[in-house]
Amino acid sequence: MDSPLLPEGVKRCPTTTFFFWTLPWLALLAWGGLSAFLCLWKGLNQTNMSNVFAFALWIVFDLAVIALGAGAFFTGFLTYIIGKGELKNVINAAVIIGFICYSGAMGMLGIDIGQPIRGWFIFWHANIHSMLVEVSFCITCYLMVLGIEFIPLILRNRQLDKIRELHIFGHSLHEIMAVFAATGTFLSFFHQGSLGGMFGVLYARPFAAREGFYIWPWTFFLFILSAIAAGPCFTILCTKLAEKISRKKLVPDNAIQLLAKISAWLLSIYMVLKIADTLGWIYGVVPRAGLKFIDFYRDGPYGIWLVVCEIVIFGIIPAIILMFPKARQHQGWLITACLLNCTGIVLNRFVFIIVTLAIPVMPFDRFWSYLPTWQEWGIAMAVIGYGFLLFSAAYRYLPVFPQERELNPVTE
Amino acid sequence: MVIDLDKCTGCGTCMIACAAENNVSVRPDQTDKERTITWMKLYKITNGKDFPHTEVSYFPRPCMHCDEDGRGHHQPSCVSVCVATATKIDHNTGIVSQIYTRCIGCRYCQAACPYGARYFNWWDTYYPKSKGLERYLSPEISPRMRGVVEKCTFCHHRLMRAKTQAYAEDRTDLEEHEYTTACAEACPVQAITFGDLNNPEHKVSQMIKSPYAFRLLERLNTKPKVYYISTKDWVRKLADNYLPGEFKPVTRATG
Repeated sequence: MDSPLLPEGVKRCPTTTFFFWTLPWLALLAWGGLSAFLCLWKGLNQTNMSNVFAFALWIVFDLAVIALGAGAFFTGFLTYIIGKGELKNVINAAVIIGFICYSGAMGMLGIDIGQPIRGWFIFWHANIHSMLVEVSFCITCYLMVLGIEFIPLILRNRQLDKIRELHIFGHSLHEIMAVFAATGTFLSFFHQGSLGGMFGVLYARPFAAREGFYIWPWTFFLFILSAIAAGPCFTILCTKLAEKISRKKLVPDNAIQLLAKISAWLLSIYMVLKIADTLGWIYGVVPRAGLKFIDFYRDGPYGIWLVVCEIVIFGIIPAIILMFPKARQHQGWLITACLLNCTGIVLNRFVFIIVTLAIPVMPFDRFWSYLPTWQEWGIAMAVIGYGFLLFSAAYRYLPVFPQERELNPVTE
Repeated sequence: MVIDLDKCTGCGTCMIACAAENNVSVRPDQTDKERTITWMKLYKITNGKDFPHTEVSYFPRPCMHCDEDGRGHHQPSCVSVCVATATKIDHNTGIVSQIYTRCIGCRYCQAACPYGARYFNWWDTYYPKSKGLERYLSPEISPRMRGVVEKCTFCHHRLMRAKTQAYAEDRTDLEEHEYTTACAEACPVQAITFGDLNNPEHKVSQMIKSPYAFRLLERLNTKPKVYYISTKDWVRKLADNYLPGEFKPVTRATG
């Protein structure tokens, strides 16, 4: 039915199959839509957030998807600035994933603030001392950059490409993509860092507070590094999932291997610095506040296991797997390492948000727990549904993977 | 502000006076303590010992109106993080204020405050008519809308009122008794004293020289403007975190 819209020379499933494929994701979107409506109509009392858990599931999700979406800017940087040509086979997918992550995060943030209509005050009454201002400015600008990076791909749809003006416009945009890749890299470096800075500057919360360089706490640099270490792994996972579902090879191995190798080095450097930062915190910030390291891991479910998981299981182990060419060339090990790496970054964001707020600072205050409501889950799940829908639609109607035709010749 | 914990009986009058004075919204069911609004919050603390050695003290906690963020910057943590400049410190008065109509409700300030002194309006404002609450709403205080953060203002409107009065009488300086907070005024045992810490004539300036005077979480270097006094070592020790051997009990009181 929609065959005139499909890219030439590639095979796609029938329209009805595609329709049924979209149903679960549309259901997630409907769940999210209802949740968003309730939160906007009745207020944030629909969530289980509280004066203790001022930030909760949505912020964890926001920070996690933004970190995982870092594959977009970093792949763009490697492709257009460093000149890693083989990554041209994966850059489109990386841009779409980035666009999904950032637009999803922006949507969630719009519901997360108590007065969404005043969202523009961030720009109008900007407090230049606030890390969140830097985050907001850079994310907004970067989402525009991602939109611009996405446009040439959309314009390469078979029908749109027939329109001469659009073809020329798309081609011209593509020609100057290095400029946008550089802009995106600059913006992303700053907002990934500022997201880390947001927690490092909580100087009155010893669990999150960090020393730093000039105005930037160490978390600023660690968040950048962890994002560019995990982002490529998330891109690998998404392309592997797309290959699994479409039962086709979409990206040549050399592109995947290059991403995995770069990720290995970045993750290794990140782990060394993360361990140094943790030690600096244990012997600096913590005793200065009159506390011992173990004091933070006594309450509730948040024990030392968090540190072990974050550093060893989801940090050192995937770094080792990805570092060895033989291991990363093995499909199973590659996917395991990517999954561990991505889980590690989500856990890191969770610890900086939820655990920071759960641990009372006043010695006589109590530990509070938090579990999200179905409305909170609904909005978070809607981002996943939106991601699957957009990526599926992009894959179906756009030439996302330039090598798809060569790797899967259609035999009639 | 100086709060004498040895005098405090934990009656809660300060909390009620504060809420009534500042048009603090309530809920039909106030049991969800994570989401109720208590600008002045009363903590009950104990020395953790078994009977008959158990001791109890009450710890009223308003906003500390911090002077610094803990790293030497002359802005409290909540002010420096605020994304829309909706909370500010007035360095003339030391009062940390909240601009309700500018707050976007991101709650970053709540995350930054170690004292839990900031409250978000999870619901629309509610003053139950059947209880007569609407009859004593103060016209001097703007009610807060859903989705914004609010906090203790040291009854800033009373300062404005006192200044207006002084202006009408052609004066520039305020007398010590002319400006005090609702909690300090209502306290039946006068455990709360309010004044200008920078004015050596004011009683609070004398009181903070006591060897028993301390501030909550002083080691975080947020420079709160609320001082506490307690002659009990365990109370002073519970007001901050100490590594073994760090806490020094007062051995000779000379203040």
